[in-house]
Amino acid sequence: MARHQRQVGLPRWLFVPAAAGALFVVLPLVAIVARVDWPDFLTLVTSESSLEALKLSLRTSAASTVLCVLLGVPMAVLLARTSFRGQGLVRSLVLLPLVLPPVVGGIALLYTFGRRGLLGESLEVLGIQIAFSTTAVVLAQTFVALPFLVVSLEGALRTGGERYEVVAATLGAPPTTVFRRVTLPLVLPGLVSGAVLSFARALGEFGATITFAGSLQGVTRTLPLEIYLQRETDADAAVALSLVLVVVAVLVIGLARGRAT
Amino acid sequence: MRKHPRTTVGLPRLVGLVGLVATATLLAACGSDDGAAGGATGDGGGAEPVTLTVFAASSLTAAFEDLADQFEADHDGVTVELSFAGSSDLVAQIQQGAPADVFASADQANMDKLTGEDLQGSDPVEFATNTLEIAVPPDNPAGVESLQDLGGDLNLVVCAPEVPCGAAAQQVAADAGVELKPVSEEQSVTDVLNKVTSGEADAGLVYVTDVAAAGDAVEGITFPEADSVVNVYPIATVGDSEHAGLAQEFVDLVTGGEGQKVLDGYGFGAP
Repeated sequence: MARHQRQVGLPRWLFVPAAAGALFVVLPLVAIVARVDWPDFLTLVTSESSLEALKLSLRTSAASTVLCVLLGVPMAVLLARTSFRGQGLVRSLVLLPLVLPPVVGGIALLYTFGRRGLLGESLEVLGIQIAFSTTAVVLAQTFVALPFLVVSLEGALRTGGERYEVVAATLGAPPTTVFRRVTLPLVLPGLVSGAVLSFARALGEFGATITFAGSLQGVTRTLPLEIYLQRETDADAAVALSLVLVVVAVLVIGLARGRAT
Repeated sequence: MRKHPRTTVGLPRLVGLVGLVATATLLAACGSDDGAAGGATGDGGGAEPVTLTVFAASSLTAAFEDLADQFEADHDGVTVELSFAGSSDLVAQIQQGAPADVFASADQANMDKLTGEDLQGSDPVEFATNTLEIAVPPDNPAGVESLQDLGGDLNLVVCAPEVPCGAAAQQVAADAGVELKPVSEEQSVTDVLNKVTSGEADAGLVYVTDVAAAGDAVEGITFPEADSVVNVYPIATVGDSEHAGLAQEFVDLVTGGEGQKVLDGYGFGAP
Protein backbone atom coordinates (compact mmCIF):
# COMPACT_ATOMS: atom_id res chain seq x y z
CA MET A 1 0.00 0.00 0.00
CA ALA A 2 2.91 2.33 -0.71
CA ARG A 3 2.11 5.89 -1.60
CA HIS A 4 3.41 6.65 -5.06
CA GLN A 5 4.82 10.06 -5.88
CA ARG A 6 2.57 12.25 -8.03
CA GLN A 7 4.14 12.97 -11.40
CA VAL A 8 1.67 15.54 -12.69
CA GLY A 9 1.73 18.90 -10.89
CA LEU A 10 -1.41 20.57 -9.63
CA PRO A 11 -2.41 24.07 -10.70
CA ARG A 12 -1.32 26.49 -7.99
CA TRP A 13 -4.61 28.39 -7.90
CA LEU A 14 -6.37 25.26 -6.71
CA PHE A 15 -4.89 25.78 -3.26
CA VAL A 16 -6.69 29.07 -2.64
CA PRO A 17 -10.32 27.84 -2.82
CA ALA A 18 -9.24 24.60 -1.15
CA ALA A 19 -7.79 26.50 1.79
CA ALA A 20 -10.84 28.76 1.92
CA GLY A 21 -13.07 25.69 2.02
CA ALA A 22 -11.05 24.11 4.82
CA LEU A 23 -11.12 27.37 6.75
CA PHE A 24 -14.88 27.62 6.26
CA VAL A 25 -15.31 24.28 7.99
CA VAL A 26 -12.66 24.68 10.68
CA LEU A 27 -13.26 28.30 11.73
CA PRO A 28 -16.73 27.75 13.26
CA LEU A 29 -15.32 24.83 15.26
CA VAL A 30 -12.53 27.09 16.51
CA ALA A 31 -15.19 29.67 17.39
CA ILE A 32 -16.96 27.12 19.59
CA VAL A 33 -13.73 26.28 21.40
CA ALA A 34 -13.00 29.98 21.85
CA ARG A 35 -16.48 30.65 23.23
CA VAL A 36 -16.47 27.83 25.81
CA ASP A 37 -16.62 28.97 29.42
CA TRP A 38 -13.63 26.83 30.46
CA PRO A 39 -13.66 27.39 34.25
CA ASP A 40 -17.24 26.06 34.44
CA PHE A 41 -16.87 23.57 31.60
CA LEU A 42 -16.94 20.42 33.72
CA THR A 43 -19.88 21.57 35.83
CA LEU A 44 -21.85 22.49 32.72
CA VAL A 45 -21.12 19.24 30.94
CA THR A 46 -21.65 16.92 33.90
CA SER A 47 -25.03 18.27 34.98
CA GLU A 48 -27.62 15.53 35.39
CA SER A 49 -29.60 16.56 32.33
CA SER A 50 -26.48 16.75 30.15
CA LEU A 51 -25.21 13.33 31.18
CA GLU A 52 -28.62 11.76 30.65
CA ALA A 53 -28.82 13.37 27.21
CA LEU A 54 -25.34 12.11 26.28
CA LYS A 55 -26.10 8.59 27.48
CA LEU A 56 -29.40 8.54 25.63
CA SER A 57 -27.71 9.80 22.46
CA LEU A 58 -25.02 7.12 22.57
CA ARG A 59 -27.53 4.38 23.38
CA THR A 60 -30.03 5.30 20.65
CA SER A 61 -27.32 5.92 18.04
CA ALA A 62 -25.83 2.49 18.75
CA ALA A 63 -29.27 0.89 18.42
CA SER A 64 -30.03 2.66 15.17
CA THR A 65 -26.61 1.73 13.77
CA VAL A 66 -27.43 -1.93 14.44
CA LEU A 67 -30.79 -1.45 12.70
CA CYS A 68 -29.05 0.27 9.79
CA VAL A 69 -26.69 -2.69 9.38
CA LEU A 70 -29.47 -5.27 9.62
CA LEU A 71 -31.63 -3.48 7.07
CA GLY A 72 -29.00 -1.69 5.03
CA VAL A 73 -26.68 -4.60 4.18
CA PRO A 74 -29.38 -6.62 2.39
CA MET A 75 -30.58 -3.47 0.64
CA ALA A 76 -27.10 -2.60 -0.57
CA VAL A 77 -26.45 -6.17 -1.74
CA LEU A 78 -29.72 -6.32 -3.69
CA LEU A 79 -29.08 -2.92 -5.26
CA ALA A 80 -25.50 -3.80 -6.22
CA ARG A 81 -25.90 -7.42 -7.29
CA THR A 82 -29.28 -7.64 -8.97
CA SER A 83 -31.01 -5.69 -11.67
CA PHE A 84 -34.73 -5.31 -11.86
CA ARG A 85 -37.19 -2.91 -13.40
CA GLY A 86 -37.39 0.34 -11.53
CA GLN A 87 -34.13 -0.25 -9.72
CA GLY A 88 -33.01 3.32 -10.35
CA LEU A 89 -36.23 4.60 -8.85
CA VAL A 90 -35.86 2.34 -5.81
CA ARG A 91 -32.30 3.54 -5.30
CA SER A 92 -33.37 7.19 -5.50
CA LEU A 93 -36.15 6.61 -2.99
CA VAL A 94 -33.83 4.82 -0.58
CA LEU A 95 -31.41 7.75 -0.77
CA LEU A 96 -34.17 10.32 -0.32
CA PRO A 97 -33.68 10.82 3.46
CA LEU A 98 -30.16 11.99 2.62
CA VAL A 99 -31.45 15.11 0.90
CA LEU A 100 -34.77 15.48 2.69
CA PRO A 101 -34.94 18.07 5.48
CA PRO A 102 -35.06 15.95 8.66
CA VAL A 103 -38.17 17.75 9.85
CA VAL A 104 -39.96 16.40 6.78
CA GLY A 105 -38.76 12.93 7.75
CA GLY A 106 -40.18 13.53 11.21
CA ILE A 107 -43.57 14.52 9.82
CA ALA A 108 -43.55 11.47 7.54
CA LEU A 109 -42.72 9.17 10.45
CA LEU A 110 -45.40 10.82 12.56
CA TYR A 111 -48.05 10.00 10.00
CA THR A 112 -46.74 6.46 9.71
CA PHE A 113 -46.04 5.35 13.26
CA GLY A 114 -48.01 8.00 15.16
CA ARG A 115 -51.14 6.99 17.05
CA ARG A 116 -53.33 8.12 14.16
CA GLY A 117 -50.79 7.22 11.51
CA LEU A 118 -50.81 4.60 8.78
CA LEU A 119 -49.49 1.82 11.02
CA GLY A 120 -50.07 3.53 14.35
CA GLU A 121 -53.64 2.36 14.82
CA SER A 122 -52.74 -1.29 14.28
CA LEU A 123 -49.83 -0.90 16.68
CA GLU A 124 -52.13 0.72 19.21
CA VAL A 125 -54.39 -2.34 19.07
CA LEU A 126 -51.35 -4.46 19.91
CA GLY A 127 -50.68 -2.19 22.86
CA ILE A 128 -47.58 -0.65 21.32
CA GLN A 129 -47.16 3.08 21.51
CA ILE A 130 -44.19 4.44 19.64
CA ALA A 131 -44.68 8.19 19.90
CA PHE A 132 -42.88 9.80 22.86
CA SER A 133 -40.80 6.67 23.44
CA THR A 134 -37.11 5.95 23.02
CA THR A 135 -38.14 3.65 20.15
CA ALA A 136 -39.35 6.71 18.28
CA VAL A 137 -35.91 8.29 18.65
CA VAL A 138 -34.26 5.15 17.24
CA LEU A 139 -36.70 5.06 14.32
CA ALA A 140 -36.06 8.72 13.49
CA GLN A 141 -32.30 8.19 13.62
CA THR A 142 -32.46 5.03 11.53
CA PHE A 143 -34.58 6.79 8.93
CA VAL A 144 -31.99 9.52 8.36
CA ALA A 145 -28.88 7.33 8.79
CA LEU A 146 -29.81 4.30 6.68
CA PRO A 147 -28.90 5.86 3.29
CA PHE A 148 -25.34 6.53 4.49
CA LEU A 149 -24.81 2.83 5.05
CA VAL A 150 -26.51 1.78 1.83
CA VAL A 151 -24.55 4.26 -0.31
CA SER A 152 -21.11 3.41 1.02
CA LEU A 153 -21.71 -0.33 1.04
CA GLU A 154 -23.24 -0.41 -2.43
CA GLY A 155 -20.25 1.52 -3.72
CA ALA A 156 -17.87 -0.94 -2.10
CA LEU A 157 -19.78 -3.92 -3.54
CA ARG A 158 -19.82 -2.49 -7.05
CA THR A 159 -16.11 -1.64 -7.14
CA GLY A 160 -15.31 -5.00 -5.57
CA GLY A 161 -16.93 -6.86 -8.43
CA GLU A 162 -18.19 -10.42 -8.45
CA ARG A 163 -15.07 -12.36 -9.45
CA TYR A 164 -14.48 -14.11 -6.15
CA GLU A 165 -18.14 -14.82 -5.64
CA VAL A 166 -18.31 -16.45 -9.06
CA VAL A 167 -15.27 -18.56 -8.27
CA ALA A 168 -16.70 -19.61 -4.91
CA ALA A 169 -19.98 -20.53 -6.58
CA THR A 170 -18.29 -22.63 -9.28
CA LEU A 171 -16.46 -24.44 -6.52
CA GLY A 172 -19.87 -25.46 -5.21
CA ALA A 173 -20.49 -23.02 -2.37
CA PRO A 174 -24.22 -22.36 -1.80
CA PRO A 175 -25.34 -18.68 -1.98
CA THR A 176 -25.46 -18.18 1.79
CA THR A 177 -21.92 -19.48 2.17
CA VAL A 178 -20.70 -17.22 -0.65
CA PHE A 179 -22.39 -14.25 0.96
CA ARG A 180 -21.06 -15.04 4.43
CA ARG A 181 -17.55 -16.21 3.56
CA VAL A 182 -16.70 -14.16 0.45
CA THR A 183 -18.93 -11.14 -0.08
CA LEU A 184 -19.10 -9.85 3.48
CA PRO A 185 -15.39 -10.21 4.35
CA LEU A 186 -14.42 -8.45 1.10
CA VAL A 187 -16.58 -5.40 1.77
CA LEU A 188 -16.07 -5.36 5.54
CA PRO A 189 -14.04 -2.11 5.53
CA GLY A 190 -16.77 -0.44 3.45
CA LEU A 191 -19.36 -1.78 5.86
CA VAL A 192 -17.47 -0.44 8.87
CA SER A 193 -17.08 3.04 7.41
CA GLY A 194 -20.74 3.01 6.40
CA ALA A 195 -21.78 1.98 9.90
CA VAL A 196 -19.63 4.67 11.48
CA LEU A 197 -21.11 7.33 9.19
CA SER A 198 -24.58 6.11 10.12
CA PHE A 199 -23.70 6.29 13.80
CA ALA A 200 -22.41 9.84 13.39
CA ARG A 201 -25.51 10.87 11.47
CA ALA A 202 -27.74 9.30 14.13
CA LEU A 203 -25.83 11.11 16.85
CA GLY A 204 -26.52 14.46 15.20
CA GLU A 205 -30.19 13.79 14.43
CA PHE A 206 -32.40 16.66 15.52
CA GLY A 207 -35.24 17.63 13.22
CA ALA A 208 -36.95 14.27 12.84
CA THR A 209 -36.57 13.51 16.54
CA ILE A 210 -38.09 16.75 17.80
CA THR A 211 -40.97 16.46 15.31
CA PHE A 212 -41.72 12.79 15.84
CA ALA A 213 -40.44 11.67 19.24
CA GLY A 214 -40.89 14.69 21.47
CA SER A 215 -38.48 15.83 24.14
CA LEU A 216 -38.28 14.39 27.65
CA GLN A 217 -35.20 14.04 29.80
CA GLY A 218 -33.84 10.50 29.81
CA VAL A 219 -36.48 9.22 27.35
CA THR A 220 -36.37 11.20 24.13
CA ARG A 221 -34.21 14.26 24.78
CA THR A 222 -30.97 13.45 22.98
CA LEU A 223 -27.91 15.68 23.15
CA PRO A 224 -28.81 17.87 20.14
CA LEU A 225 -32.28 18.49 21.64
CA GLU A 226 -30.73 19.26 25.00
CA ILE A 227 -28.38 21.78 23.36
CA TYR A 228 -31.28 23.44 21.57
CA LEU A 229 -33.24 23.70 24.81
CA GLN A 230 -30.32 24.93 26.92
CA ARG A 231 -29.79 27.69 24.36
CA GLU A 232 -33.03 29.27 25.60
CA THR A 233 -31.73 29.93 29.09
CA ASP A 234 -28.06 29.02 29.40
CA ALA A 235 -25.93 29.83 26.37
CA ASP A 236 -22.77 28.67 28.18
CA ALA A 237 -24.19 25.20 28.75
CA ALA A 238 -25.30 25.00 25.11
CA VAL A 239 -21.81 25.87 23.90
CA ALA A 240 -20.14 23.43 26.29
CA LEU A 241 -22.43 20.60 25.17
CA SER A 242 -21.86 21.51 21.53
CA LEU A 243 -18.16 21.01 22.09
CA VAL A 244 -18.84 17.59 23.61
CA LEU A 245 -20.75 16.61 20.49
CA VAL A 246 -17.94 17.92 18.27
CA VAL A 247 -15.39 15.87 20.20
CA VAL A 248 -17.52 12.72 20.02
CA ALA A 249 -17.99 13.24 16.27
CA VAL A 250 -14.23 13.74 15.75
CA LEU A 251 -13.51 10.57 17.73
CA VAL A 252 -16.03 8.60 15.68
CA ILE A 253 -14.63 9.79 12.35
CA GLY A 254 -11.08 9.21 13.55
CA LEU A 255 -12.02 5.70 14.59
CA ALA A 256 -13.60 5.04 11.20
CA ARG A 257 -10.55 6.21 9.29
CA GLY A 258 -8.25 4.24 11.56
CA ARG A 259 -10.28 1.09 10.96
CA ALA A 260 -10.84 1.55 7.24
CA THR A 261 -7.23 2.17 6.23
CA MET B 1 -3.63 -4.41 -1.84
CA ARG B 2 -6.76 -5.94 -3.24
CA LYS B 3 -8.95 -4.72 -0.49
CA HIS B 4 -7.95 -1.13 -0.76
CA PRO B 5 -10.23 0.11 -3.55
CA ARG B 6 -13.22 -1.59 -1.97
CA THR B 7 -12.81 0.36 1.20
CA THR B 8 -12.57 3.81 -0.22
CA VAL B 9 -14.57 4.01 -3.38
CA GLY B 10 -17.86 4.09 -1.51
CA LEU B 11 -16.87 7.32 0.16
CA PRO B 12 -16.15 9.57 -2.83
CA ARG B 13 -19.67 9.00 -4.14
CA LEU B 14 -21.03 9.95 -0.76
CA VAL B 15 -18.75 12.94 -0.51
CA GLY B 16 -19.88 14.05 -3.94
CA LEU B 17 -23.49 13.79 -2.89
CA VAL B 18 -22.86 15.67 0.33
CA GLY B 19 -21.01 18.36 -1.59
CA LEU B 20 -23.91 18.71 -3.96
CA VAL B 21 -26.32 19.13 -1.08
CA ALA B 22 -24.07 21.68 0.61
CA THR B 23 -23.77 23.70 -2.58
CA ALA B 24 -27.50 23.63 -3.15
CA THR B 25 -28.13 24.79 0.42
CA LEU B 26 -25.63 27.59 0.08
CA LEU B 27 -27.16 28.74 -3.20
CA ALA B 28 -30.64 28.63 -1.71
CA ALA B 29 -29.47 30.69 1.25
CA CYS B 30 -27.89 33.31 -1.00
CA GLY B 31 -30.98 33.43 -3.16
CA SER B 32 -33.35 34.06 -0.27
CA ASP B 33 -31.02 36.76 1.02
CA ASP B 34 -31.25 38.64 -2.25
CA GLY B 35 -35.01 38.29 -2.20
CA ALA B 36 -35.31 39.84 1.23
CA ALA B 37 -33.07 42.77 0.33
CA GLY B 38 -35.05 43.39 -2.84
CA GLY B 39 -38.31 43.35 -0.92
CA ALA B 40 -37.07 45.83 1.62
CA THR B 41 -36.03 48.47 -0.89
CA GLY B 42 -38.33 47.85 -3.82
CA ASP B 43 -41.72 48.29 -2.17
CA GLY B 44 -43.33 51.46 -1.07
CA GLY B 45 -45.01 53.30 -3.90
CA GLY B 46 -45.72 56.59 -2.07
CA ALA B 47 -43.76 59.78 -2.57
CA GLU B 48 -41.17 58.88 0.04
CA PRO B 49 -41.38 55.19 0.79
CA VAL B 50 -40.66 54.33 4.40
CA THR B 51 -40.31 50.85 5.87
CA LEU B 52 -41.24 50.40 9.49
CA THR B 53 -39.77 47.24 10.97
CA VAL B 54 -41.73 45.62 13.77
CA PHE B 55 -40.26 42.75 15.83
CA ALA B 56 -43.03 40.84 17.53
CA ALA B 57 -43.37 37.61 19.51
CA SER B 58 -44.62 34.67 17.44
CA SER B 59 -47.89 34.43 19.35
CA LEU B 60 -48.81 37.88 18.00
CA THR B 61 -48.51 36.82 14.35
CA ALA B 62 -52.14 36.92 13.23
CA ALA B 63 -53.09 39.99 15.27
CA PHE B 64 -50.07 42.03 14.18
CA GLU B 65 -50.56 41.11 10.52
CA ASP B 66 -54.02 42.67 10.75
CA LEU B 67 -52.67 45.72 12.57
CA ALA B 68 -49.88 46.17 10.03
CA ASP B 69 -52.43 46.15 7.19
CA GLN B 70 -54.43 48.75 9.03
CA PHE B 71 -51.35 50.89 9.67
CA GLU B 72 -50.33 50.75 6.01
CA ALA B 73 -53.84 51.72 4.94
CA ASP B 74 -53.72 54.75 7.25
CA HIS B 75 -50.20 55.83 6.25
CA ASP B 76 -49.53 56.40 2.56
CA GLY B 77 -46.12 55.19 1.43
CA VAL B 78 -45.39 53.28 4.61
CA THR B 79 -44.61 49.57 4.50
CA VAL B 80 -44.68 47.61 7.73
CA GLU B 81 -42.22 44.74 7.80
CA LEU B 82 -43.04 42.19 10.46
CA SER B 83 -40.49 39.84 11.95
CA PHE B 84 -41.90 37.12 14.17
CA ALA B 85 -39.81 34.86 16.42
CA GLY B 86 -39.44 33.89 20.04
CA SER B 87 -39.08 36.99 22.20
CA SER B 88 -35.64 35.94 23.43
CA ASP B 89 -34.38 35.55 19.85
CA LEU B 90 -35.79 38.94 18.86
CA VAL B 91 -34.27 40.80 21.78
CA ALA B 92 -30.92 39.11 21.09
CA GLN B 93 -31.13 40.33 17.48
CA ILE B 94 -31.85 43.90 18.58
CA GLN B 95 -28.92 43.73 20.98
CA GLN B 96 -26.75 42.68 18.03
CA GLY B 97 -27.90 45.74 16.08
CA ALA B 98 -30.84 44.45 14.04
CA PRO B 99 -32.73 47.40 12.53
CA ALA B 100 -35.99 47.21 14.48
CA ASP B 101 -38.29 50.17 15.05
CA VAL B 102 -40.78 48.52 17.40
CA PHE B 103 -40.43 45.54 19.75
CA ALA B 104 -43.42 43.66 21.12
CA SER B 105 -42.45 41.00 23.65
CA ALA B 106 -44.46 38.04 24.94
CA ASP B 107 -43.14 38.53 28.45
CA GLN B 108 -41.71 41.08 30.80
CA ALA B 109 -38.37 39.28 31.18
CA ASN B 110 -37.34 39.81 27.56
CA MET B 111 -38.50 43.44 27.55
CA ASP B 112 -36.35 43.89 30.67
CA LYS B 113 -33.34 42.72 28.66
CA LEU B 114 -34.00 45.58 26.20
CA THR B 115 -34.49 48.27 28.84
CA GLY B 116 -31.61 46.84 30.88
CA GLU B 117 -29.26 47.93 28.09
CA ASP B 118 -31.20 51.18 27.59
CA LEU B 119 -32.05 50.25 23.99
CA GLN B 120 -35.71 51.35 24.16
CA GLY B 121 -36.99 54.56 22.58
CA SER B 122 -40.16 54.93 24.63
CA ASP B 123 -40.98 53.33 27.97
CA PRO B 124 -42.60 49.89 27.55
CA VAL B 125 -46.39 49.81 27.70
CA GLU B 126 -48.38 46.69 28.55
CA PHE B 127 -50.87 46.04 25.78
CA ALA B 128 -52.18 42.48 26.13
CA THR B 129 -52.38 39.48 28.40
CA ASN B 130 -52.53 35.77 27.77
CA THR B 131 -53.36 32.83 30.00
CA LEU B 132 -53.01 29.09 29.67
CA GLU B 133 -55.69 26.79 28.35
CA ILE B 134 -55.88 23.04 27.88
CA ALA B 135 -55.90 21.94 24.25
CA VAL B 136 -57.22 18.49 23.36
CA PRO B 137 -57.88 16.78 20.01
CA PRO B 138 -61.44 17.47 18.79
CA ASP B 139 -62.73 14.08 20.01
CA ASN B 140 -61.03 14.50 23.42
CA PRO B 141 -59.92 10.82 23.61
CA ALA B 142 -58.86 11.00 27.25
CA GLY B 143 -62.02 12.82 28.37
CA VAL B 144 -60.15 15.75 29.90
CA GLU B 145 -62.39 18.25 31.69
CA SER B 146 -60.20 20.02 34.22
CA LEU B 147 -56.64 20.80 35.20
CA GLN B 148 -56.85 17.98 37.76
CA ASP B 149 -57.48 15.48 34.92
CA LEU B 150 -54.03 16.31 33.54
CA GLY B 151 -52.48 14.60 36.57
CA GLY B 152 -53.95 11.26 35.44
CA ASP B 153 -52.67 8.61 33.10
CA LEU B 154 -52.65 10.23 29.67
CA ASN B 155 -50.30 11.54 26.98
CA LEU B 156 -49.78 15.07 28.27
CA VAL B 157 -47.46 17.44 26.41
CA VAL B 158 -46.28 20.75 27.85
CA CYS B 159 -43.54 23.30 27.12
CA ALA B 160 -40.16 22.74 28.79
CA PRO B 161 -39.71 24.80 31.98
CA GLU B 162 -36.86 26.64 30.23
CA VAL B 163 -39.28 28.47 27.90
CA PRO B 164 -41.96 30.93 29.11
CA CYS B 165 -45.00 28.75 28.36
CA GLY B 166 -43.39 25.87 30.28
CA ALA B 167 -42.57 28.06 33.25
CA ALA B 168 -46.20 29.21 33.27
CA ALA B 169 -47.47 25.61 33.09
CA GLN B 170 -45.25 24.58 35.99
CA GLN B 171 -46.43 27.54 38.05
CA VAL B 172 -50.12 26.91 37.35
CA ALA B 173 -49.78 23.25 38.26
CA ALA B 174 -47.87 24.03 41.44
CA ASP B 175 -50.43 26.65 42.50
CA ALA B 176 -53.24 24.16 41.96
CA GLY B 177 -51.38 21.30 43.64
CA VAL B 178 -51.55 19.12 40.52
CA GLU B 179 -48.60 16.93 39.66
CA LEU B 180 -48.06 16.88 35.90
CA LYS B 181 -46.36 13.85 34.33
CA PRO B 182 -45.83 14.97 30.74
CA VAL B 183 -44.65 12.49 28.10
CA SER B 184 -42.83 15.34 26.39
CA GLU B 185 -41.58 18.83 27.27
CA GLU B 186 -41.48 20.71 24.00
CA GLN B 187 -39.39 23.60 22.82
CA SER B 188 -42.24 25.92 21.95
CA VAL B 189 -45.96 26.29 22.23
CA THR B 190 -46.24 25.52 18.51
CA ASP B 191 -44.59 22.14 19.07
CA VAL B 192 -47.07 21.37 21.85
CA LEU B 193 -49.99 22.37 19.65
CA ASN B 194 -48.73 20.22 16.76
CA LYS B 195 -48.57 17.16 19.02
CA VAL B 196 -52.22 17.77 19.94
CA THR B 197 -53.52 18.52 16.44
CA SER B 198 -51.81 15.39 15.10
CA GLY B 199 -53.52 13.35 17.82
CA GLU B 200 -50.26 12.13 19.34
CA ALA B 201 -50.99 13.87 22.61
CA ASP B 202 -54.24 13.54 24.56
CA ALA B 203 -53.81 17.02 25.98
CA GLY B 204 -51.43 19.96 25.94
CA LEU B 205 -51.07 23.18 27.90
CA VAL B 206 -50.93 26.17 25.56
CA TYR B 207 -52.08 29.78 25.53
CA VAL B 208 -55.70 30.82 25.04
CA THR B 209 -54.71 32.58 21.81
CA ASP B 210 -53.13 29.41 20.42
CA VAL B 211 -56.37 27.50 20.89
CA ALA B 212 -58.25 30.34 19.19
CA ALA B 213 -55.78 30.36 16.27
CA ALA B 214 -55.94 26.58 15.84
CA GLY B 215 -59.66 26.74 15.07
CA ASP B 216 -61.35 23.36 14.66
CA ALA B 217 -58.08 21.43 14.87
CA VAL B 218 -58.22 21.40 18.67
CA GLU B 219 -60.78 21.82 21.40
CA GLY B 220 -59.97 24.26 24.18
CA ILE B 221 -60.78 23.60 27.82
CA THR B 222 -60.54 26.61 30.10
CA PHE B 223 -59.85 26.09 33.79
CA PRO B 224 -60.22 28.56 36.65
CA GLU B 225 -56.68 27.99 37.98
CA ALA B 226 -55.26 29.58 34.81
CA ASP B 227 -55.86 33.04 36.24
CA SER B 228 -53.08 32.51 38.78
CA VAL B 229 -50.45 32.99 36.06
CA VAL B 230 -51.11 35.85 33.64
CA ASN B 231 -48.61 36.52 30.90
CA VAL B 232 -48.27 40.24 30.16
CA TYR B 233 -47.15 41.57 26.74
CA PRO B 234 -45.20 44.86 26.72
CA ILE B 235 -44.42 46.95 23.62
CA ALA B 236 -41.85 49.73 23.13
CA THR B 237 -40.18 51.65 20.33
CA VAL B 238 -36.49 50.95 19.79
CA GLY B 239 -34.01 53.73 20.57
CA ASP B 240 -32.02 53.45 17.36
CA SER B 241 -35.12 53.76 15.16
CA GLU B 242 -34.83 56.20 12.27
CA HIS B 243 -38.60 56.60 12.23
CA ALA B 244 -39.27 57.33 15.89
CA GLY B 245 -42.47 59.21 15.13
CA LEU B 246 -43.95 56.45 12.98
CA ALA B 247 -42.81 53.81 15.49
CA GLN B 248 -44.64 55.65 18.25
CA GLU B 249 -47.75 55.84 16.05
CA PHE B 250 -47.63 52.08 15.60
CA VAL B 251 -47.35 51.57 19.36
CA ASP B 252 -50.31 53.96 19.80
CA LEU B 253 -52.33 51.92 17.31
CA VAL B 254 -51.61 48.70 19.24
CA THR B 255 -52.39 50.18 22.65
CA GLY B 256 -55.36 52.23 21.42
CA GLY B 257 -58.99 51.19 21.01
CA GLU B 258 -58.58 49.84 17.46
CA GLY B 259 -55.61 47.69 18.37
CA GLN B 260 -57.24 46.35 21.49
CA LYS B 261 -60.28 45.33 19.48
CA VAL B 262 -58.11 43.34 17.04
CA LEU B 263 -56.17 41.68 19.88
CA ASP B 264 -59.41 40.82 21.66
CA GLY B 265 -60.59 39.16 18.46
CA TYR B 266 -57.61 36.80 18.61
CA GLY B 267 -58.24 35.89 22.23
CA PHE B 268 -55.83 38.21 24.03
CA GLY B 269 -56.94 39.76 27.31
CA ALA B 270 -56.75 43.47 28.12
CA PRO B 271 -53.73 44.53 30.22
